[in-house]
Amino acid sequence: MPRTSTLWVAACTLAVFTALGLAGPTPALAKTEIHFWHAMTGQLGDSVNELVRQFNASQTEFEVKPLRKGSYSETLTAAIAAYRQKNPPHIVQVFEVGTQTMMLSGAVHPVHQLLGEQGIKVDWKDFIAPVVGYYSKDGNLYSMPFNSSTPIFYYNKDAFAKAGLDPEKPPATWKQVEEYSKKLIASGAAKCGFSTGWPSWTMVENMHAWHDQPLATKRNGFDGLDVELLINREFGVKHIGQLAAWQADKIYSYGGRAGTADPKFVSGECAMYIQSSALIGGFTKGVQFKWGTGQLPHWGPPYKKATSIIGGATLWVMKGKPAAENRGTAQFLAFASNTNQQVWWHATTGYLAISNSAVKQLEEAYHFVRNPDQYTAFAQLTGLPVAAPSALAGKKPVPAKPERVATANSQGIRLGNFVQIRDVIESEMENVFGGKKTAKQGLDDAVAKGNGMLKEFAAQNKQ
Amino acid sequence: MKRTVFKNPWLPYVLVLPQIAVTLAFFFWPAFKSLQLSLFRVSPFGDKMTFIGLENFSALLAEPEYYASVVNSLVFAGSVTALAVGVALVAAGLATQKIRGLAIYRTLLLWPYGIAPAVAGIIFLFIFHPSYGVLPYFLAFVTSYEFNWLLKGWVAMVLVVTATAWTHLGYNIAFYIAGLLAIPSSVLEAADVDGAGPVKRFTAIVFPLVSPITFYLVVLNMVFAFFESFGVIDAVTKGGPGHATEIMVYKAYRDGFIGLNVGSSGAQSVILMALVIGLTVLQFRFAEKKVTYS
Repeated sequence: MPRTSTLWVAACTLAVFTALGLAGPTPALAKTEIHFWHAMTGQLGDSVNELVRQFNASQTEFEVKPLRKGSYSETLTAAIAAYRQKNPPHIVQVFEVGTQTMMLSGAVHPVHQLLGEQGIKVDWKDFIAPVVGYYSKDGNLYSMPFNSSTPIFYYNKDAFAKAGLDPEKPPATWKQVEEYSKKLIASGAAKCGFSTGWPSWTMVENMHAWHDQPLATKRNGFDGLDVELLINREFGVKHIGQLAAWQADKIYSYGGRAGTADPKFVSGECAMYIQSSALIGGFTKGVQFKWGTGQLPHWGPPYKKATSIIGGATLWVMKGKPAAENRGTAQFLAFASNTNQQVWWHATTGYLAISNSAVKQLEEAYHFVRNPDQYTAFAQLTGLPVAAPSALAGKKPVPAKPERVATANSQGIRLGNFVQIRDVIESEMENVFGGKKTAKQGLDDAVAKGNGMLKEFAAQNKQ
Repeated sequence: MKRTVFKNPWLPYVLVLPQIAVTLAFFFWPAFKSLQLSLFRVSPFGDKMTFIGLENFSALLAEPEYYASVVNSLVFAGSVTALAVGVALVAAGLATQKIRGLAIYRTLLLWPYGIAPAVAGIIFLFIFHPSYGVLPYFLAFVTSYEFNWLLKGWVAMVLVVTATAWTHLGYNIAFYIAGLLAIPSSVLEAADVDGAGPVKRFTAIVFPLVSPITFYLVVLNMVFAFFESFGVIDAVTKGGPGHATEIMVYKAYRDGFIGLNVGSSGAQSVILMALVIGLTVLQFRFAEKKVTYS
């Protein structure tokens, strides 16, 4: 009797499962899911979702699922944790300072390889060199540039007018910044001259590149892991020392790390501001006064002028996924970087368009004539003349000729443990601006500490 | 105390099993993992691990910022505890007087405890902010000194200490109110008859009688300040300016999760653990002798 009942139960179970299986959805119709982790919030997050929606609607085979995992750091940490659990997302957005860590992680599928395997041809020559160069090794692109920006100079036109300055002429040199600041403060047009966002990125990394000064040995780290920082040399000490002196006179007003200084400009407290070009969109919506943009101020001779460098993030493909899913990942990356998408992405978010064909299309649509501020960033990064060529030429847009090209010092930075190093640099900047250390002391300490971290990274990656 | 006797010898073990399982999974396992990681050099993605003995520790001990973070932690935890426990005792003393609207005051006093540390941090950030804060605006009428915590370390420390102490206040007050109400009024009345003033009554009777609560709160606030005050610091100063408000737990987080140096972070956790265990043992050894339990 017991045997019979067991059999009976087994038979019933089988029958139920079969019925369920038949009633369920046909698996053949399911789309392959591609998981995409990113760090974009607010309007930028909406733009990412819109991009993904367009891709999902453009084909039937794959469905990209975007998921915001927090800040850049949190997104990277989450991806690493998932990788260690052997279940990483297909695509993860990583900020530019994480580039070296990702490249040497052994956990990624380089983009050039992925697209090659899938037979997707991308004309890399068409992409803007300073952007592609930052993320390439031996001429091969490792991650897909997604949101790229560069620091530019913002100024309050209303305050300029009030102080008797020409609202159409932003200062071109640091001497002028000092002189204008004094006038702005004396006339009561502003409480302080200028402030900065992302202190290390704008005032150390980009200032070195802009003045064609090396930030680190081995071509800023592109040529090897045994790298040392060079920010405590004559130029670095001069610039940071000057900022500290200006801090005392209110010509400069330090406003904290990342974007925490934004309110200083938006509220009108400081009349000038150096911050990412990606804020153009936000300022257009949120700033109450008339404002304009210019290229970064320069110290003039004896320093040469090179180009600025980018910031932002790229899309990395994690390795270990089946070929069928990789095909979807590759298609999404190709979709996101095609000319039309780039034009749309640039116009919606304010991030740079990164291929020459996208820039050409924007030019022909008189985009830069109507949005000169977006031209500022692009021109500064690629060494183009200050004024938009199409605005100068009147009717027909003429492609401008670069006056300068990126040098070994301005092509980008490739340092391991860069997140921590940036942290160290910013801590020491605070010590200098707060009067705890001289510029030389602070930068010497930053270099000593940073070099230790670079050594640690080299040791981690030698094994 | 009555001893409970179980008929089945296994039953007591089964009953404590859930608690032991939770402790093992959430306390001992992570502690063991930290100890293990502290002896390795780990690549960010965790795929390359090399045993390096105590190198993480020696690197830490050679780092001036690390000592600064230890000093910051002690200053921070000490100030938070003193402020949160001291103010709570005063507030509880006031909230046990016979006044109108007592229930309302007591309820309001407990409110800060319901606010998440990160949110409390943001509230204080708005009050203190050098550009748009209310407090600097009014202070500017009184003094020309700039309370700019973006650059002045001690102002930043005062800010995070105040915000953190504020979030602990409600909890401490609740304990003190209960403790104060438990003091028999006959004792206080007797002291009154003997001619003791309010100060004398407090130092001779009230303070000794609530000393078990004070002791408990000091230990708890210390541990809390060492480990759980992360939210306020992350929301307000992020350890800056310089490293002025970087306490040990925050440095361990930054090095481990932002800097991806898991080995060093593990070593820092081990030292932190040892330090807090040591402090707690010390408190039980010496301070508890001064506590009157009955």
